[in-house]
Parts: sequence; structure tokens; C-alpha cells
Amino acid sequence: MILFDRVSKVYPDQSVALDSVSFSIEPKEFVSIVGPSGAGKTTLLKLFLAEERPTEGRVLYGDTDVHTLGKKEINNFRRNVGMVFQDFRLLPNKTVYENIAFTMEASGRTDEEIEQDVPHVLELVDLLPKIWNFPHELSGGEKQRVAIARALVNEPDVIIADEPTGNLDPVNTYDIVQILKRINDLGTTVILTTHNKGIIDSLGKRVIAMEKGKIVRDDKSGKYFN
Amino acid sequence: MIENADTWTKLKRITKAGFFNFWRNGTVSLASVLVMMVTLLAIGFISFAGAILDTALAELRDKIDVNVTFVPSAKEAEVLEIKQTIESLPEVLLVTYVSREDALEAFKERHKNDQSILSALDELGENPLGAVLNVKARDPSQYASVAQFLESDGTISNGGVSVIDRVNYFENKAAIDRLASIISSADRLGFALTIILAVISMLIAFNTIRLTIYIAKDEIAVMRLVGASMTYIQGPFVVVGVIYGVVAGLITLLMFLPMTYWLGSATESFFAGFNIFSYYVRHLPEMAFIVFFSGVMIGALSSILAIRRYLKV
Repeated sequence: MILFDRVSKVYPDQSVALDSVSFSIEPKEFVSIVGPSGAGKTTLLKLFLAEERPTEGRVLYGDTDVHTLGKKEINNFRRNVGMVFQDFRLLPNKTVYENIAFTMEASGRTDEEIEQDVPHVLELVDLLPKIWNFPHELSGGEKQRVAIARALVNEPDVIIADEPTGNLDPVNTYDIVQILKRINDLGTTVILTTHNKGIIDSLGKRVIAMEKGKIVRDDKSGKYFN
Repeated sequence: MIENADTWTKLKRITKAGFFNFWRNGTVSLASVLVMMVTLLAIGFISFAGAILDTALAELRDKIDVNVTFVPSAKEAEVLEIKQTIESLPEVLLVTYVSREDALEAFKERHKNDQSILSALDELGENPLGAVLNVKARDPSQYASVAQFLESDGTISNGGVSVIDRVNYFENKAAIDRLASIISSADRLGFALTIILAVISMLIAFNTIRLTIYIAKDEIAVMRLVGASMTYIQGPFVVVGVIYGVVAGLITLLMFLPMTYWLGSATESFFAGFNIFSYYVRHLPEMAFIVFFSGVMIGALSSILAIRRYLKV
């Protein structure tokens, strides 16, 4: 479903972020991408979301090269991919409800759909009581759960979680990983980047290890090792 | 994904988001409204200044005329004949005839508090004043030729003796010339000042709005990432810009009331009967249009221009 075909990314200052990386991800897979900071994990995700263009190679989603898409098609494509970030990236001036509703509005859903789906998805991440709170009134773990709910609400085919637990304590980390696992069990592809060894070991799912812009290991039921 | 929401729903959402953003960013909104208000005040005062200048100009132009005073013995028919001759000149806009009796009435009225003059008039027994023709030219520069005609033309005479006592143009000429040049330079200066002030205040308002959008640039990035379209991101910001304009415009229009009221009597005595307060009240619809239009345009355009940088992802 997702295919990176000999993808390289060289930044204008000649630093090589990715060096001829190839791999594929099948539907309903749970893939963890691990590696030290600067290994190229985030660049990989940015290339997939068409935030940046590869210097060489192709990134395919299904049959389409995401870098040949026009502006409008990119928007449609991104609505099909849920995203969760380390720093949550919620809209600070909107309530939990509005944050999730915004994503649906952007996808052109009707008011009825929004009124129905937002509480439902908040229930899924166990956050219904905080529906009218603003982000600054929530803890880190709660914010991340809102972010996951937002990523889920458009029923995407893929969820990308970029270091989602980087700012969280172990208990919240565990919760978030369980939620991601549940989402994957329901049939959504999950791509997770992390450098938390504990998470990887407990998951027992595929691990792609990166270093200096290259894939150094691709393990089907991987453990995190150096 | 199928888009189910219709255009009306989208418009409603954008407007609503704009109002919410305006309200929730209270401090930023307040600051922007205040800056916008200063801009609109400047634009408002510029239109006032223009009006004052125009009125003063018209007033001065109105004051310039040539008075032809006839000798008391001139017959009314002769005077009226001359009036017709003058009226036929292409440069002349209007000729008003003031009869000897009217001139006397006006004279008495003017000196009604001066007993010695009035008793001197009574003593005299007969009306010592001649009839007067007030000649107004189409343009101040044409008075010279009109006066020339009156002075020289031999037809205006009664058996070789001129019935015209005097033409006061040459007495006023110096003053008229000076006024004409002051008016024209004030006109030019006013225009230049208008442009400069308007540009400066617009730049300040533009920069303030750009700053508010700069603050929201992370938000804009998030919106891009969840796949929101250009219009959907930009829309609420434009709405907020329009709200800045409308709110600032409303405050500005309200503030002009006490301001012009306070300045009213001062302008009335200084600018020959021009009362800025009554002008404002009379021209409220035009002023409201100027202020709201400027506010809304500055607000909306600033938002559109400022946000473009952050939409290139």
C-alpha cells in the first residue's frame, strides 16, 4: 500500500537525510520506525505526506506517486492519513470538540455527521468528559488522546504517529500505545516512530531501524536493539 | 472522501470560526481594533479637512466680487440697462442689482447701533447712496477683464458724464490675488498630506494584522496538515479582518460625535460659518461609508496578503 522506492533526500546544505531508502508497508500493518535523532525518521514521514519532495526516488500510496499530486489532491490525500505528533499540535483557540470538528469540516462533512461522530470518537479515546475543554486545560496525555481522536475521526486508512509518547510519562505512554494498538486491530495501518525501547519490545510488531539516513534492519516481529 | 457539506454550510462555518477567533483572541483583537481605529480616525479627519477646505474655498470665492457703485443721480432704467450689458459678458456669472433704497436700508441696518450716523442721515434729508451692481465672475481670474470693461467702456455714460461712481475691483485686487494663491496651494498641500497620511496609517494597520497572523502560523501549519483547503484556512482570517474594520469603524464614527461637537464652535468662528459638527451630522451616511469601506478593505486585504506566506506548504 505504501512504497518507498530508492528515496533520497539531500537538503540544500548538502546534509543527507535519507540515502536510497526502499521499503513497503502492507494494509493493516503496524510498523515502528526506530533510530536515534537525525536518523531520518521525520524526513521519511514528511516525504510521505508530501510536505517535502524527495531529491531522488518515488513515494507511492497505492498506485499514485504522492509527489505528482496537485494541491487539491494533496489535501484529499492528507485527509486520508491521520497524524499524531509529539507536540500534539492542537488548535489552541478551539475546544476539544472544535479541534476534532475542524478536521471533519475541512473534509466537507455535514453538521449532522460532525455532531454524531465527534462524541463517538472521543468515547473511543476515553475523553468524552473533556469535550468542551480547551487544550491548555488538559494534561499531556489527554492532549495526545485528543490528537489521536482527531486523526481517527475521518476514518483514515493510515495513522502516522511521530514520537507520540515523547512528551509523556510512562503511564500515559502505555495508554497511548494501547489506543494505537486498538486502532490497528480495527483495521487501520499504523506507522509509529519512536526511540522508546520499552514500547517496541511490548508491541512485538514489525520494526524498521534507521541510522544516518539508511535502513539498517527490518524485522517482522522486531525488538529494539542497537 | 465524499464532500457532503454544501457551500452555504462552508460559508457559515468560516464566518462562525471568524467570530470565535475574534472573540477568543481578545487582547490581540483589541490591539488590532485600536490600531485600525487610529487609521480610520486619520482617514476621517482627512475627509473633514477636505470638506473644510472646500467650504472655506467656496466661501472665499463667494466673497470675491466687483461692486459697481453708481452716482445717486443715475436713473434706475440706466442702471438696469448697464446690468443687462454686463450680464451679456461671457465671463460674468451673476449680476445682482441693489437699488438706492435697498442700499440705504442695508446701510441703516449695518449702523443701527450708531446714533450719530443715523441722525446725520436724517439731517441730510435725502438718500446719499447710489445704486450698486454686484458682479460675480465665473472664475476669480476673470475679474480683471470684467473690471477693465467697466472702467473703460464709453457707452456706460449719461451725456458724456459717467454714471458710475467707482468700481472697487482695483482696491481689492491685491487681496484677491493673494487669496487665490493661498487657496490653490492649500489645495495641493492638502492632497499630498492626504495621500501620505493614508498610506502611513494603512501600512501600520497592515503590519498589525500581519502580526496577528504570524502568531497563528503554527495553527495554520496544523490546518494544512489535516488537509484543510486554502479557502477554509484563509476564510476565518479574512472574516476577522472584516470584523476589525467594522468594529473599529463603529467606534470611530461614535468618537467623531463628541470630537466634532467639541470642535464645532471653534471651526465655525475660524472657517467662516463652517460647523464641523453639523457637517458631520449632515454627511453621516457618506462618512459612514468612507470609514466602513476603508476599514473593511484594509482588514480583508491585509489578511489575504499576510496569510499567503504561510499557505505555501
